[in-house]
Amino acid sequence: MIPNELKYTKDHEWIKVDGNTGIIGVTDYAQGELGDVVFVDIAEDLAEIKSGEAFGTIEAVKTVSDLYAPCDGKVIEVNTSLADDPQKINSDPYGEGWLIKIELTDTSQLDLLLDAEGYKAQIGE
Amino acid sequence: MGIDMKKTKFYEVHKKFGAKIVDFAGYQMPVQYSSIIDEHKTVRTTVGVFDVSHMGEVFVRGKEALQFVQHITTNDAGKLVDGRVQYSAMCYEDGGIVDDLLVYKISDEEYLLVVNASNKDKDFQWMKKNNKFDVELFDESDEYSLLAVQGPQAMKVIQKITSEPIENLEYYHFLKTKVADVEMILSRTGYTGELGYELYFKGDESIAEKVWNTVFEAGEEFDIKPTGLGARDSLRLEMGYCLYGNDIDQSTNPLEAGLGWITKLKKGEFIGRDALLKVKEEGIKRKLVPITTDEKAFPRHGYEITLNGNKIGNVTSGTVSPILNKPIALGYVQKDYALEGNTVNFMIREKEIPAVIVKLPFVVK
Repeated sequence: MIPNELKYTKDHEWIKVDGNTGIIGVTDYAQGELGDVVFVDIAEDLAEIKSGEAFGTIEAVKTVSDLYAPCDGKVIEVNTSLADDPQKINSDPYGEGWLIKIELTDTSQLDLLLDAEGYKAQIGE
Repeated sequence: MGIDMKKTKFYEVHKKFGAKIVDFAGYQMPVQYSSIIDEHKTVRTTVGVFDVSHMGEVFVRGKEALQFVQHITTNDAGKLVDGRVQYSAMCYEDGGIVDDLLVYKISDEEYLLVVNASNKDKDFQWMKKNNKFDVELFDESDEYSLLAVQGPQAMKVIQKITSEPIENLEYYHFLKTKVADVEMILSRTGYTGELGYELYFKGDESIAEKVWNTVFEAGEEFDIKPTGLGARDSLRLEMGYCLYGNDIDQSTNPLEAGLGWITKLKKGEFIGRDALLKVKEEGIKRKLVPITTDEKAFPRHGYEITLNGNKIGNVTSGTVSPILNKPIALGYVQKDYALEGNTVNFMIREKEIPAVIVKLPFVVK
């Protein structure tokens, strides 16, 4: 499941862009590889993210994984509902399992991301 | 993927059930089918089935079978009667642990030793090297399949497919009988803390699949599910059972691992006894303790345990308990701090997470 309208990082994050705001999450492939997610650790007061840098971690039963920013941005909202129900990332990775909402500071960075075809190739599907 | 990876006789069944397969101890084993948390809860509430055919089965046959078992293991096998099972360990001369194992007494001249998959070759070599007795050793691991049927409904499932009454088969006892019309050792044992049975039997893939299918048909009314190694690990950790390679190994001795109850220093000579007597006399330096926290954190194998900024130990196993919905861990802590109720910290990504030493089991059955 790789929606066409999203952009992807090679680290398995997706971003959905609308004007200069973006919603970020992890891909269906990533949640499948991680297995049951038990905690998402993103600082509640996270203000900014920088392209390629970790902005939090995701703890699954089997492993822990860093979350990488697809681009620069100011954080507008963190999905705090994940604190009570982190498995939304497993059940609805492109919907209710979203992680953060940002205001993009440099939309040209989007050109560096993978499109659906590119991501498909990346994960070997 | 390693080219030498072995498959159990259930490999095709696992694929059919959609298992995620991983390399484990030289075998391609199912780590999960649907979700580790779901599978875990299945075993705690109804019944689940684990393929653990990768475990090792070594038969000890001969006149001095008991003497051999007493020499090589720490527990007192002299207490066993026919049809009884005992949890035990093998130690090196220095008291370090070769492996933990189950000892089955079949008769005065025949014992079965069930050892960890990851250790079986090492264990068999160790047994042969230390066999100064009138016994022969047979590694029959490749011939035996092993299914663990575990959960509160396990008795009802197995009773449906054997004519032997099993209601009175007690914990750590076994029978030789037919289940699903196949000759086997039916053992009331497991690694989950639940009512459960382990089924040891020989035969090819078609026999294995027949047993599997018969168990699943019998269990259908109880929503029986296949359960993988992931759930097996979280289930055993909720009970505080040690895992070789995580909580115990060559560098740990049974006394500090909380396995004093299977270390019978008064039973007479066994390998490692002198070293363990010395440990007992001098006192252990560290202790394996259960630790939990109310924080949202995930203690993992190898993470440091600290107090006032100083390292006092290491996490050896950790997970988030699907039943308690909170982090649980086992770890070695310096003896002076290893007291129930003491607060310590997990060091997780350079952050100290406050935690507390508790008592076992984490999940009370």
